[in-house]
Amino acid sequence: MSRGAFSAIGVAVTLSIALTGCSSSSGPAAPAATTGAAGGTLVVGVTSDPDTLFPWKATQFQAVNVLQNIYGTLTEFDKDLNVVPGLAESWKTAKDGDSLTLTLRQGVTFGDGSAFDSKDVKHSLDAIMDEDTAAVAAASLSSVESVEAPDPHTVVLKLSGPDAALPANLATVNMAMLSSDDTEEKLNTAPNGTGPFTLRKRVASQSITLGRNAKYWGSEKPKLDGVEFRVIPDESAIVSAMQSGNVQLAVFNDPLVAQTAQGGSITVAKTPQLSYHALQLNTRRGDLDDLNVRLAIQCAVDRKQVLDTAALSEGEVTGPITAPAFKSNPQQRPCPARDLTKAADYLQKAGKPNGVAIKTIVSQGEYATSVNEAQNLKAQLAEAKIDLQLEVLESGAFVDRWVAGDFDAAVALNGGRPDPDGMYGRYFTSDGNLNKVAGYSSPELDKLFAEGKATTDQAARKAIYDKVSAELENNAAWIWLFTSYTYTGTAAQVTGFVPMVSGSLQYLRTTTLG
Amino acid sequence: MFRVLARNRAIRRVAGMIGTLFGVAVFVFVMLRAIPGDQITAGLGTEAAALTPAQLAALERYYGLDQSLFTQFFSWLGNLFTGNLGFSARSQQSVLDMTLQSLPVTFELAVLSIVLALLLGVPLGMLAASRTNSPRDAVGQLVSLGGLSIPAFLLATTLLSVFAASFGFNPNGQGFASLLEDPLLNLQQMFLPALVLGFGIAAPILRTTRTAVLDVRSGDFVRTARAKGVPPGRLQVRHVLRNALVPILTMTGLQFGYLLGGAVVVEQIFSVPGVGRQVLLGIQQKEYAVVQSTVLVIALSFVLVNLLTDLLYRVVDPRVRS
Repeated sequence: MSRGAFSAIGVAVTLSIALTGCSSSSGPAAPAATTGAAGGTLVVGVTSDPDTLFPWKATQFQAVNVLQNIYGTLTEFDKDLNVVPGLAESWKTAKDGDSLTLTLRQGVTFGDGSAFDSKDVKHSLDAIMDEDTAAVAAASLSSVESVEAPDPHTVVLKLSGPDAALPANLATVNMAMLSSDDTEEKLNTAPNGTGPFTLRKRVASQSITLGRNAKYWGSEKPKLDGVEFRVIPDESAIVSAMQSGNVQLAVFNDPLVAQTAQGGSITVAKTPQLSYHALQLNTRRGDLDDLNVRLAIQCAVDRKQVLDTAALSEGEVTGPITAPAFKSNPQQRPCPARDLTKAADYLQKAGKPNGVAIKTIVSQGEYATSVNEAQNLKAQLAEAKIDLQLEVLESGAFVDRWVAGDFDAAVALNGGRPDPDGMYGRYFTSDGNLNKVAGYSSPELDKLFAEGKATTDQAARKAIYDKVSAELENNAAWIWLFTSYTYTGTAAQVTGFVPMVSGSLQYLRTTTLG
Repeated sequence: MFRVLARNRAIRRVAGMIGTLFGVAVFVFVMLRAIPGDQITAGLGTEAAALTPAQLAALERYYGLDQSLFTQFFSWLGNLFTGNLGFSARSQQSVLDMTLQSLPVTFELAVLSIVLALLLGVPLGMLAASRTNSPRDAVGQLVSLGGLSIPAFLLATTLLSVFAASFGFNPNGQGFASLLEDPLLNLQQMFLPALVLGFGIAAPILRTTRTAVLDVRSGDFVRTARAKGVPPGRLQVRHVLRNALVPILTMTGLQFGYLLGGAVVVEQIFSVPGVGRQVLLGIQQKEYAVVQSTVLVIALSFVLVNLLTDLLYRVVDPRVRS
């Protein structure tokens, strides 16, 4: 560091000591957050505030995390991602699978005090399915033909066919149950849900504070008085805020930042994620329509090397399905270890012994490792005479091209879901709404996904999705690479928080400040 | 005749300002739409691929993207004249309210930074000029080199980390307090960002001061003053510095104008809710009205600061008045 910087620090130290002398409200000795009284207010450091407070349109991570604590859903996930009762106490699928009957919890109220009943459920589900609402989860209800509310505590979903994934689909905040008296316009500023917390205060771009919902229906009432999501745009600055005692909990994505946070009174827990890094191939374009070319790529990539070089070994090599209950075994793919001889054989079979060129889009800035992954893949594939021509795009431009399906291959980080049907049905069935982007479908996959939906037995479903995994990998639909971790930093006085593989902060309701 | 000319000059100046602002408005409008993506893809990300045509149409209606570009531009421009700068769906606030909150924050930061920069730059510049190629000149050059070459993000992150980790001093980790709410906390929160910005700006001010002082010092009137026995201190301040003020003022005005545009990086690192962050968030979310209106307000501030600088010339330099 230059003398200039040192002298600046010297001046800063002197002046800041003078300034701190004037005020008692700063410094680690008196963290502003722990306001003493029963429960106290937990301060969570976040890099951005929610881009919407309307749960049906929220896809941004920060928005989902806040809204999950305000709104309730018919079903929920527990810490192991099993579907458990939420606002629906129980549910039953008809024998022929053409209806799902939900029995609603009684005595539940919204934050504004109004009672929750089947009218609200019918109103919510009907609105989500209405295309004019532009709800992001509309497609998850594609098997629902109509919603009936025979009495205040019962809702019957009439289905076009069996849908074993439906209970899991109902558990996301994009399926939040809203009061039939509320409108989107109203909820944008005054959220009104059945969750463990209610909105207390929002200062746009700076903070959003939730207060305990005393009427929350759960057997375990939230222990904290409140939770403040404080916007500190830079992850390193969040670490500084934790070190100075201003922030007590934060989730980091960058492993380097997480490393700097570890130590002192801060504990950092690693959690593997459902989201996965992949080289998406569009099998409907160019040389990639040839299975042998795709298998050559499959065999020419050492996933561990991509993980080690691009992501500091922070993650796990993965197959397609990342949900713990349905996890794919990456050892069962063709060429589980890199095999350049086989790759050359496949290229020979494809009639391209001199190699192929594949135009690949890469996003710059959307997540930290994208360009490094792409460069490592390019280097590895070059050794197999496969020329990955990288086009590095600003994230907005990348999203545009991705959404349009305008690429041969794409280096992508895609979100995962707890149920494999929700995760891949929309990509790899021929009528899936993301099939254009996925670039691959087959009658076998259509059949398997339909079977998966029609099967309720968990073990039988696992067997079916193992076949889906095999089908995807044997045909090298995409090249699945690895999953990374998120890092939850907590201050010493924080207990009871459970990080989840879905990245959810739903266990703020069991968190206490010691 | 003189009055007519003066009026003409004023009119010319005002016309130039309006022309500049209109140019900025058109430029920002076009640039924003030239960037790939819109508010829908910025909000939904890759999930936008799952929208049905009817859902997409509903969202385009909601965000006003179904209007022609011509309609979008002139309805925005027309609204400006009624004081309606647009509405931010993300923060559920009018852009006017957002700007009324963020502009004073940026203004305060800019003033504090300029004060620190002047306190550092002018004395050091005079010191450096007092004996060229001496150790004191070298110190001045070193500081200015540091100011120019140390990136703000590095200095900001370093200061923040060192202070937080070593001294537990991190007022910026608390929620932002405005000057009126809690002046003491506010000044603490503004201190490090102002220092980082001030250090960067001190460099050009130091260099300008040094050059201007050296230039003035060689003037005949300085030699005369010295011969008359004016004490050195008085000579430096009353005679040399006073005459060197015009270029320093120009440089200061220019830097102040830039600061009013918001110091995005420093505001990000220290969580200061100024206009820089407002524009950045607007661009990230593709909230067209937020970016267009805020940039226009920034351009207006810049133009006004330029005007003010020109007026100040007349105060500090009688020659300009004549």
